[in-house]
Amino acid sequence: MTPDAAPSRFLRIAAPALIALLLLAAWQGLVVAFDVPTYIVPSPVVVLRTLVADRALLADALAVTLSIALTALAIATVAGTLVALLFVQSRWIEMSLFPYAVLLQVTPIVAIAPLIIIWVKDTRTALVLCAVVVAIFPIIANTTLGLRSVDRGLLDLFRMCRASRWQVLARLRIPSALPYFFGGLRIASGLALIGAVVAEFVAGTGGQGAGLAYQILLAGMQLNIPRLFAALFLIAASGVLLFSATVWLSRAVLSRWHESEMAAPS
Amino acid sequence: MSIAGATKAYPNGTTALAPVDLEVRQGDFLTLLGPSGCGKTTLLNLVAGLIAPSAGTLSWWGGDFAGTGGPGRRLGFVFQAPTLMPWARVDANVRLPLDLAGLDRESATRDAGSALALVGLAEFAKHYPRELSGGMQMRVSIARALATAPDLLLMDEPFGALDEFTRQRLDGELAALWAARGLTVVFVTHSIYEAVFLSTRVAVMGPRPGRVIADVAIDEPVPRGDAFRVSVPFAHHCQQLSALVAGAGADAALAGPASAGHPRPPEGGPT
Repeated sequence: MTPDAAPSRFLRIAAPALIALLLLAAWQGLVVAFDVPTYIVPSPVVVLRTLVADRALLADALAVTLSIALTALAIATVAGTLVALLFVQSRWIEMSLFPYAVLLQVTPIVAIAPLIIIWVKDTRTALVLCAVVVAIFPIIANTTLGLRSVDRGLLDLFRMCRASRWQVLARLRIPSALPYFFGGLRIASGLALIGAVVAEFVAGTGGQGAGLAYQILLAGMQLNIPRLFAALFLIAASGVLLFSATVWLSRAVLSRWHESEMAAPS
Repeated sequence: MSIAGATKAYPNGTTALAPVDLEVRQGDFLTLLGPSGCGKTTLLNLVAGLIAPSAGTLSWWGGDFAGTGGPGRRLGFVFQAPTLMPWARVDANVRLPLDLAGLDRESATRDAGSALALVGLAEFAKHYPRELSGGMQMRVSIARALATAPDLLLMDEPFGALDEFTRQRLDGELAALWAARGLTVVFVTHSIYEAVFLSTRVAVMGPRPGRVIADVAIDEPVPRGDAFRVSVPFAHHCQQLSALVAGAGADAALAGPASAGHPRPPEGGPT
């Protein structure tokens, strides 16, 4: 093993953190040096101060957006897996339905969101639905691929043992599909958040139950750029957190046997 | 088990197997020997019930073949690759056929444990397959095939991917297991040495279409140890088989057992 083949755990956290510090310092320095007004680009210190000052408002908005994204992710995961299980039952079903899954994926959510918001009375339900539409495709596509990617020899062995359809599914197809499923989940976690934010933008709901996207919209109109940055920061942080959670989950389940999650050989 | 005039033709017109007649008696160690593409694996898959013959019949000792896997007609199969479930520990892999057959937990654990002990891997029960070497994975695969106490053990070039030293050791272990447990084995290989060392009978197969060209008995005492590998009868059998395989390959423009691990016939044997 070459010395730089596997960076240590410390370095893997320290290196990006150092870059963040450098960027923030440069940002702060430039804003101060050129005396940029806050309504154009606020300095990191001002953004941080806004985060603290508006914490009640922003925390509420964050809770709304996160709950929509998480609900959507949960629904997309369950529904997507069920659709994938349906697809692998027969080539006919997959052939007939898969184009519609693709249709759902390629139509931009901003184009469908107004319709969904008109059709579904409850705004929260409408927003969740939009986010589900965005997040479900990678789950369906990856899980279907995984359920089909079964070792031929093992399938022969199961046939020779006269395994039932259910035994093949539970003991062979589902475990084989797990790495693919987690790959899909990883992408879907980010998409659920994007879907939630985009739908909020389209819906533009204010008052009680307004999410981070609405706060951004509002802050933009009021030229409250520090709050806009603060909300933006919270959205990005939630996205990273969601992604990390799926990575952790995937590692917890697969690390014992799958190549993708194994520690680097020492 | 007997095979009467079984053939296999594929829809694209290739005939993988010309009519084959073959009898496997209880306690036999029958090896199907021949170069690549002579239908060895096809024949084995027919016996395993993985594919259906285009014509002809296969029958069990005193019975109809449809009962594969039924009580008293258990099949064990060892593939070219270990074919283990990477997500399951070694013991769970070995007990898979028992679990699929619906055996109760306790008996399955016991039978899988003793099968694993047979191949000398009892202490690796809780390991994952990737933590074992290629040879050990193959032994797990053999343990899985033995777990059901099969009436017929089918092995498709099980040691073909292993290095020579590991292969020789596993051949020795397999021969001992066969003798000790009274197994009935149908073994596929393209190694003449391996065929002679292991078998009581060798069916030499020829290509295009795949067919059995000779059924040679290896009437040497068992169990056979390493001493047998360097004995005069061993060399004699090797030479005889080698001539048969070369003869079969010549008319199909295949230069002898070119695909085998041992391209040269052994030297120094009596003629």
